[in-house]
Amino acid sequence: MYNTDWTKDFPILNQEMNGKAFVYLDSAATSLTPEVVLEKMNEYYREYGVNVHRGVYAMGAKADGEFESVRDQVQKFIKASSREEIVFTRGTTTAINMVAFGYVLPKLQAGDEIVTSMSEHHANFVPWQVVAQKAGATLKFAPLDANGAVTPAALQSVMSEKTRFVALNHMSNVMSALNDVQALSRVTHEFGAEILIDGAQAVPHLSIDVQAIDCDFYAFSGHKMFGPTGVGVLYGKYACLQAMEPFEYGGAMIDQVQQFTTSYKDAPYRFESGTPMIAEVIGLGAAITYLEKIGYATIQTQIETLREYAIQQLEQLEQVEIYNPHNHEAATIAFNIKDVHSHDAVTVYDLEGVAIRAGHLCAQPLLSEIHQGSILRMSLQVYNTKADIDRFIAATKKASDFLDVLFL
Amino acid sequence: MSYSYDEQMFRQIIMDHYKTPRFKGLVEQPGFVTVHLKNPSCGDDMQVQTQVENGVITEVHHDGSGCSICCASASMMAQLVSGETIEQAQAKKQAFYDMVSGQGIDEELLDEAISLQGVAKLPPRIKCATLGWKAFEQTISKETVEQAEGVTIVTE
Repeated sequence: MYNTDWTKDFPILNQEMNGKAFVYLDSAATSLTPEVVLEKMNEYYREYGVNVHRGVYAMGAKADGEFESVRDQVQKFIKASSREEIVFTRGTTTAINMVAFGYVLPKLQAGDEIVTSMSEHHANFVPWQVVAQKAGATLKFAPLDANGAVTPAALQSVMSEKTRFVALNHMSNVMSALNDVQALSRVTHEFGAEILIDGAQAVPHLSIDVQAIDCDFYAFSGHKMFGPTGVGVLYGKYACLQAMEPFEYGGAMIDQVQQFTTSYKDAPYRFESGTPMIAEVIGLGAAITYLEKIGYATIQTQIETLREYAIQQLEQLEQVEIYNPHNHEAATIAFNIKDVHSHDAVTVYDLEGVAIRAGHLCAQPLLSEIHQGSILRMSLQVYNTKADIDRFIAATKKASDFLDVLFL
Repeated sequence: MSYSYDEQMFRQIIMDHYKTPRFKGLVEQPGFVTVHLKNPSCGDDMQVQTQVENGVITEVHHDGSGCSICCASASMMAQLVSGETIEQAQAKKQAFYDMVSGQGIDEELLDEAISLQGVAKLPPRIKCATLGWKAFEQTISKETVEQAEGVTIVTE
């Protein structure tokens, strides 16, 4: 059922942009933050804002308890088999780099192969290029289907006995194509390789069960799922995490430090050096609570309703070219306006108070696949309304007169 | 829709430079300095090529892709600085920077480029309007010219 009950939870939606009520259609870049998350983070700083894993006084224990309880919460949220499989990171990018440089690179030999795809976000693309170059390994690309997804057969077509590691997204950031990650994991394991899933775009929209998927690693960010920036999660099967080298060395991750040698804590603590992002982890916990209160079913229905409403109207406009019309689970619409450069268009939206994304969207490989230098992307979340779509469509109709912005 | 006379003229100038750019396309000859600038956030990509003889800019070429403001501005830039002395070209460049940052419009120096004066009200687009000028500026900078001729400098 479509409703607008959630909008009031997001204080930023009371703001204006360029003198117009703010319409936010860029949630695939970062979601807005609800009041409950802001309050929870404020509460930490105001009421028990001390360090974790150190203080033997009562307030330190309170901070510890709040912080570590989020690990339990994340474990249940993604259905990991133990809380020790949950590593807090700065975000998806950091999580992927930790695996690339701490797990894959040390094991990689010249001639080995890493498989990824052309629809990956740069965060799940550039680290693999670098790791492959450093090890003399080869990067292979699983072909995309018409919707921009990697099918199990497509993955199989590039796998070989040389494949050591596979890195694919769960949902892509431009086309929002959904990959059957369970089947992709199965194919990977049949070849004796291991797989990391970039879940940054999926976690805000789909219930995740890492044991059912049977992936070896899964990474996601807090800020795309109503949480704060600066926090994310790396899930890893415990044996994989125990075999992974730390990416950062320092305090908190150590067991015993002697003059010339140091031993480290077990996973996940060995990967959380220094003072962690305490308020952000606690905020992530509040975001999970909030998301579960709404429920994925509600989020999906809301987004699908709004997306269909937008697609129907966009399809009436002959100047609009949509790249992912059939990705019905998608929370994005990737499109261009004929004869209008995306940056010319985005200023028209901007001046109408409508925030959408323009450019290469951190996915230059994908854009080269669809032969576009830059595109427009609008993306939806549960706080959007039909009125937002009406404003978006009105701006779209004005975008062909893009020079108007110079003469207002 | 009715526009003021100026506005109508400005629109025509911008669209004309956007659709039929002047001095577009690079040449492969010795004696040119080429600078390649990109705006990684939006994908604007601009190369500017300059030949200087006895302190005079004898030829300017540009090539690239980007939005209307970026492309039209590069075309206007090439038209404005061709045949000028380095000092005159630098004065025009400064006049353009001043205009798009809202610090006054020198019609005499900027000629058709005054059509882009509205950029001053669009802060996120200033970097579009100045990309070609910034590349040009680097082609005539002392450091660049002192390097081997024909060198291509890529900066982001």
